[in-house]
Amino acid sequence: MAAVMRFVKRSCFGSRMGLQCLSLSRSAAVAKLVQDGASAGKTLPERVKIVEVGPRDGLQNEKTVVPSEVKIHLIDMLSEAGLSVIEATSFVSPKWVPQMADQVEVMMGIHRRPGVSYPVLTPNLKGFLAAVNAGAAEVAIFGAASELFSKKNINCSVDESLQRFEVVTKAAKEAGVPVRGYVSCVLGCPYEGKVSPDKVAQVAKRLYSMGCYEISLGDTIGVGTPGGMTEMLQAVSREVPVNALAVHCHDTYGQALANILIALQMGISVVDSSVAGLGGCPYAQGASGNVATEDVVYMLHGLGIQTGVDLPKLMDAGAFICRSLNKKTSSKVAQATCKL
Amino acid sequence: MGNVPTSVKHCLSYEQLIQDYPWLGSRLQEEKCTLTREYPEYVKMIEVGPRDGLQNEKEMVPTRVKIQLINMLSETGLPVIEATSFVSLKWVPQMADHTEVLQAIHRSSHARYPVLTPNMHGFQDAVAAGATEVAVFGSASETFSQKNIYCSIDASMLRFEEVICTAKQQQIPVRGYVSCALGCPYEGPIEPTKVAEVVKRLYELGCYEVSLGDTIGVGTPGSMAKMLHYVMEEVPSSALAVHCHDTYGQALANILTALQMGICAVDSSVAGLGGCPYAQGSSGNVSTEDVLYMLHGMGIKTGVDLSKVIEAGDFICKALNRKTNSKVAQARSKSS
Repeated sequence: MAAVMRFVKRSCFGSRMGLQCLSLSRSAAVAKLVQDGASAGKTLPERVKIVEVGPRDGLQNEKTVVPSEVKIHLIDMLSEAGLSVIEATSFVSPKWVPQMADQVEVMMGIHRRPGVSYPVLTPNLKGFLAAVNAGAAEVAIFGAASELFSKKNINCSVDESLQRFEVVTKAAKEAGVPVRGYVSCVLGCPYEGKVSPDKVAQVAKRLYSMGCYEISLGDTIGVGTPGGMTEMLQAVSREVPVNALAVHCHDTYGQALANILIALQMGISVVDSSVAGLGGCPYAQGASGNVATEDVVYMLHGLGIQTGVDLPKLMDAGAFICRSLNKKTSSKVAQATCKL
Repeated sequence: MGNVPTSVKHCLSYEQLIQDYPWLGSRLQEEKCTLTREYPEYVKMIEVGPRDGLQNEKEMVPTRVKIQLINMLSETGLPVIEATSFVSLKWVPQMADHTEVLQAIHRSSHARYPVLTPNMHGFQDAVAAGATEVAVFGSASETFSQKNIYCSIDASMLRFEEVICTAKQQQIPVRGYVSCALGCPYEGPIEPTKVAEVVKRLYELGCYEVSLGDTIGVGTPGSMAKMLHYVMEEVPSSALAVHCHDTYGQALANILTALQMGICAVDSSVAGLGGCPYAQGSSGNVSTEDVLYMLHGMGIKTGVDLSKVIEAGDFICKALNRKTNSKVAQARSKSS
């Protein structure tokens, strides 16, 4: 209808009705812009759910192996900061991911705040059963939009991985455990280069159809820009409802916040991020990876969007883990604020 | 045609409208294609590294290094490169070699080389040294104006009026800057109406373009949109630019917002040179490389060769013995 209104504006300059409609819509639009602080006149969600992936995706990609009590304390601090979803650990074989070998201890050691979920990664049925045994109440599975990435990362094709996941989602359904799906390489692959938005949509659709309540679209190597993000989200949202989608942007090329803003403007209201920007990019050693939760929250709050997150408490959690890792934060908000 | 407003008045569904007026469908399809192009086709990049960048670096950079940097930047296709500043060396010792730099750089026919001139004295020196474009620096915050240039906003405008009048007589274009457009280190939030007032004054005095600076990088897409809305009621978007600092990581999102609102000129600094003097050790200027990466990824033309900018960034970082602030440059240098 907006397109029709614009056409009317061009064709009916003299029409009183047209002018009235225009003046009403213009002043209404101005009022909204001023009151809501909406970005560039585009509608944004009132509330955004942040999915904190620092303790898993973040720590898994840090060189230093972190003691269990530090992980537990980090997760507890993040719970206190108001985050409603905190990815706690990963039930992947310690042979492949030694940083997550203490998965059971972490699950049992964290203080679970009411109303907060603590999903864990489960690549297969074995991992799923171990996770449930350790008390997991939500799990996550990880697909890829790139064949080569799937082969190199989990040693099987995309189809084979989806079949594996179907076993997990079936078991999870029977156990009443929600499953979140991830799709890697949605805006580019370190091996294949460009990834077709239709392929991303296909994989997202399959994960959604097999029962994932939400699909997180990951720009694994951070190469995406607002152009690619728009195209990809248009393709995916034709197959999966937008309220079941999330974005997981890496900041390797500094594009994460711009990409997240575009996603919000397209109706996405779930954003993954990592406290202190933990977790570098394994494909560009030393380059940054996950976008920092502090920077995302700063932007969202500046837009008047609610997150439920207490930014100072979040920054405390970031400071804590950086001290433990003996490294500088990757969050610009944290860097700026501590120096004022 | 007369029936269309009636259709709208009675809120017919889109489908009903297309059914009744089949010719409308194809017209709206054309418009849909135009509407999806909501970004400028071309963005002018204003490179401020050699002046705003180096001025805020701790290390004093030898003159020959500055000259080589500017020459390398000229080779990238950048259309505007802020070369130096004719401010008293008592206040900005890093720019003491302004005349030597301006006279020694190789000026590309495709680029312009504005210089900062805070007053008539600086302007005259700049012209004597061969400057063909100058810039003046105002502020939307009274306290910042007092602390930075030791006078009120009003008094600074009188000073600039003198420079702009004289520049006009000599056909030298003048660019205006407004600091603290999204927040002040002393006053905190700044009313967008105040920003609009100052921008309007500079524009009416004769600045061909006014660059809106988020001096301490506190802005977000929300405050950027609000500020631009008020400013654009006074000055056309074609005469505006944004100068975003990345101190809180918000620069690219803020620039994207500005583009969506019709701005098509962006200031940036190679390698993100120039920290924030109000938060020691924090980042300041947004990196030219990161802005270019985003714009090119969106299909927006700039005429600038990103890989050559990365080379220029590498060069100046080696000379300064520091790491680049550009994430694109970091990623490219570390890719396995």
